[in-house]
Amino acid sequence: MTPFEYLRAEDPAEAVAAVAGRPGAAFLGGGTNLVDHMKLGVAGPDLLVDVSRLPLDRVEETADGLRIGAAVRNSDLAAHPLVRERYPVLARALLSGASGQLRNVATTAGNLLQRTRCPYFQDVTTPCNKRVPGSGCSAIGGYTRYHAILGASEHCVATHPSDMAVAMVALDAVVVVLGPGGARTLPLAELYRLPGDAPERDTVLEHGDLITAVELPHLPFARRSAYRKVRDRASFSFALVSVAAALDLDGGRVRDVRLALGGVAHRPWRAARAEEELRGGPATEDAFRRAAEAELIAARPLPGNAFKVAMTRNAVVATLRALAEEGR
Amino acid sequence: MTTWRGAVGVPAARVEGPAKVSGRAGYAYDRPVADPAYAFPVQATIARGRVVSIDSAAAAAVEGVLAVVTHRDAARLADTEDAELAVLQSDAVGFRGQFVGVVIAETPQAARHAAGLVRVEYEQRPHDTELRADRPGLYAPEQVNGGFVTDTDEGDVDTALEAAAVSVDRVYTTPMEFNNPMEPHSSVAVWDPGEWDAGGGFAEDARLTLFDSTQGPHVVRSTLARVFGLPPERVRVISPYVGGGFGSKGMPHAHNVLAVVAARAVPGRPVKLALTRQQMFALAGHRTPTIQRVRLGAGEDGRLTAVAHEVVEHTSAIKEFAEQTAVGARMMYAAPNRRTSHRLAVLDVPVPSWMRAPGEAPGFFALEVAMDELAQACGLDPIELRARNDPEVDPESGRPWSGRHLVRCLREGAVRFGWAERTAPGTRLVGRELVGLGVAASTYPYYRFPGSRAVVAYEGGGRYTVRIGAADIGTGAWTALTQIAADALGCPLRAVRVEIGDSDLPAATVAGGSSGTTSWGSAVVAACRAFRHVYGEQPPAGAEAGADMPDDPDVERFAMHSFGAQFAEVRVDADTGEVRVSRMLGVFSVGRVVNPRTARSQFIGGMTMGLSMALHERGVLDHRTGHVINHDFAEYHIATHADVVDVDAVWLDEEDVHTGPLGARGIGEIGIVGAPAAIANAVHNATGVRVRDLPITPDVLLR
Repeated sequence: MTPFEYLRAEDPAEAVAAVAGRPGAAFLGGGTNLVDHMKLGVAGPDLLVDVSRLPLDRVEETADGLRIGAAVRNSDLAAHPLVRERYPVLARALLSGASGQLRNVATTAGNLLQRTRCPYFQDVTTPCNKRVPGSGCSAIGGYTRYHAILGASEHCVATHPSDMAVAMVALDAVVVVLGPGGARTLPLAELYRLPGDAPERDTVLEHGDLITAVELPHLPFARRSAYRKVRDRASFSFALVSVAAALDLDGGRVRDVRLALGGVAHRPWRAARAEEELRGGPATEDAFRRAAEAELIAARPLPGNAFKVAMTRNAVVATLRALAEEGR
Repeated sequence: MTTWRGAVGVPAARVEGPAKVSGRAGYAYDRPVADPAYAFPVQATIARGRVVSIDSAAAAAVEGVLAVVTHRDAARLADTEDAELAVLQSDAVGFRGQFVGVVIAETPQAARHAAGLVRVEYEQRPHDTELRADRPGLYAPEQVNGGFVTDTDEGDVDTALEAAAVSVDRVYTTPMEFNNPMEPHSSVAVWDPGEWDAGGGFAEDARLTLFDSTQGPHVVRSTLARVFGLPPERVRVISPYVGGGFGSKGMPHAHNVLAVVAARAVPGRPVKLALTRQQMFALAGHRTPTIQRVRLGAGEDGRLTAVAHEVVEHTSAIKEFAEQTAVGARMMYAAPNRRTSHRLAVLDVPVPSWMRAPGEAPGFFALEVAMDELAQACGLDPIELRARNDPEVDPESGRPWSGRHLVRCLREGAVRFGWAERTAPGTRLVGRELVGLGVAASTYPYYRFPGSRAVVAYEGGGRYTVRIGAADIGTGAWTALTQIAADALGCPLRAVRVEIGDSDLPAATVAGGSSGTTSWGSAVVAACRAFRHVYGEQPPAGAEAGADMPDDPDVERFAMHSFGAQFAEVRVDADTGEVRVSRMLGVFSVGRVVNPRTARSQFIGGMTMGLSMALHERGVLDHRTGHVINHDFAEYHIATHADVVDVDAVWLDEEDVHTGPLGARGIGEIGIVGAPAAIANAVHNATGVRVRDLPITPDVLLR
């Protein structure tokens, strides 16, 4: 671990100024990912600016929905009565992630900004374009069980590991960012990048940008929503594929739907194509399957993860079927 | 005969439990030593070749760094025959992750940081890490682990297979697996005196103390004495508490030597070394991947005429380890024609070693799935098939069994588990889950290793101390030996204090082969009897007597094995292929059970490890780099609590009169044997899909 300085920020503006003014500085939230990276040599910040104790730890009801402070712990968010009542997909996504101990420490913004668990990214003895731009992608031609089938590039096939973010993308969440130039908002779906030829950049944030909150708009039909995570063991494993879905039924038809996929791409994947197929159509298993297949036309699996196409399709169908049955 | 007066057979609580749960138990790395320094290794980043240059200037310049040691300046070892232990003795690299240097510093953080700054250049040679059954150069080792012969061939297997009315001929595989215990391998090396003569040699009276995490302090002592050229009495290994081993701490590994070499480089400073989780995947042993061809020939009634079990597995280029995977097939079933073989590929991989039930654990996955396939082919219930092939005597040696109760275990388990509810494959859909039941047989040999001695001392006031250099790696040995001594002395449990985990105590064999309680326990009984023989019931304070483990003549007259029946119920998600094991039951025949509480823990622990082997564990070797790429607990999956829903174990109430005074046969390993096959067979029953390659992951069951 590279020696580093530590600063506990008193307010968000101070934190932003401290990081923005030093190229080697990094924000420290719960530390569940960054500290691992520091031990492994994946990251070596020379200054840690601790933002975990900033007054950003509240979940508040607003006129437009719910505002979640960046420092709210994952376990607290999952247990929040309004989240459980109005956005069950989010509570379930949170509870399917990591372990109880990690959720007690991990923060909302830290969860959004956690980095891929691609084993080559985490192993500094192997080339990785995300860690060392231009060094090559070791996953291509290697172990790709947890890698992308959608939106990848020849430079990077990593997946984003968060469950929470998949639910939030389905819910049209908006992130509030404080940067050196002031505050701004952007849709969560636009926070994340596809790898393209610059996989070292996970998001569109600039150095010094601090996420201070996540806003969830009203979505009444999200009361009927679900998160389905398919994984190699029952707990403490990343998604092979996951599905976040909310379904609004009008009799036997789909009035509206939100659908996002995890474990399949460099970012939480909003399945817009599938949503379009579903809206206004019948709420039947066949329709669910056709919608999933429409989304997956773009899939480009790797030799080690071809199963993810069928697995994603089946998981989408199973999740929507369960929601539809719940609604009858 | 010893009368078991009430301590043996009682579910006594662990005598060291309060110390462990209150944090007072001193594990190796936690041992307070004066002025410690900390070591962190530098590991090879190539799988084969040699080191051509090392630039340690940046590392040496880090504040707090005391020394950077490489093959150029490490202490010369007296014995380098064991290449795994010949640490930093040459520029050769035999596997990726091998030690090529070590940094010693004032803090663990400085040592780790500096180790990352050591620049090593290599001359890289092509490496080969891929195990295939068709690769050239497979060879037959002289013998396989445990001292068993490599190949056997009884009768005429080929003719019998050709003539068989029903046959199975399948290939089964298991992956590279790792027995990473919770407590990492760690050593604290202390030289006394800390200085040595100007020539770099040891002072005449140099003594080495190693606080270690090991399954056998005496084995570590004798090995280090040999490697460093010291008389054994000047080496002491202290290891009272061990946070799991599962075989990986059964013999010394390179880190033990590295800690001692590091301590030599910083005179006067004890050195602490703990491997990281990632390092353990290259340096603490592993189970070889296996490719197993099993052929069974039988009559239409299911009676076996031929069993052939042929195994291909790997070993390391720097040291041979040959897992005895096919040995169980030699004695398990009554087939007149039997063939077994082991072939090894020499690969540029880390050194494989013992992992819980070496041989039987992977071997019985193949054999017992094959038996399930045969039952299906014959249209027989799998339990009935095994009953029809239960041999009267050991097919291999012709000796009578000391106690073979496999069929009783199967029948008893069938009733308890609800075996009668089993339906035809792929026919039981509950909600969106396919439900199935599976069974497999289990066995493990009775091992009794000579070389243990116990001493009993009377402390006065009705209190006895029993000393033996044994090891409790979480098994409950500490408690079991206390119970055994209490009954052998005829005194209450609380009157006995057992001392273990120190090579200054009387010699004891390794905690391995499920042999500890029986081997050490026999020595303890002998010592207690010797004590009473000399001093009677009213000994003077300070009275002391000892005895070696006595020979057991029955070992030559009987075939001695434990047996068991493993049952599993699985639920397979019809949409995603995810498998959850909803119930497991093991019924075991192991002779006398000394402590039902710790025994149950051993059984269900082994079964859980078997569940993990069935569904989760797979070390992924990247053949381009030659290392295991999923080398941590986030990526190398072992079963979590959520995967282990309902695991239960029961045992027959019995004693084996041929296994010495205890009548016990050992319980540490049988729990894992057969458990993966029971789950694989249950998956077949649930889905109709026969999986022959472990682990059984959702993708292989996806429709």
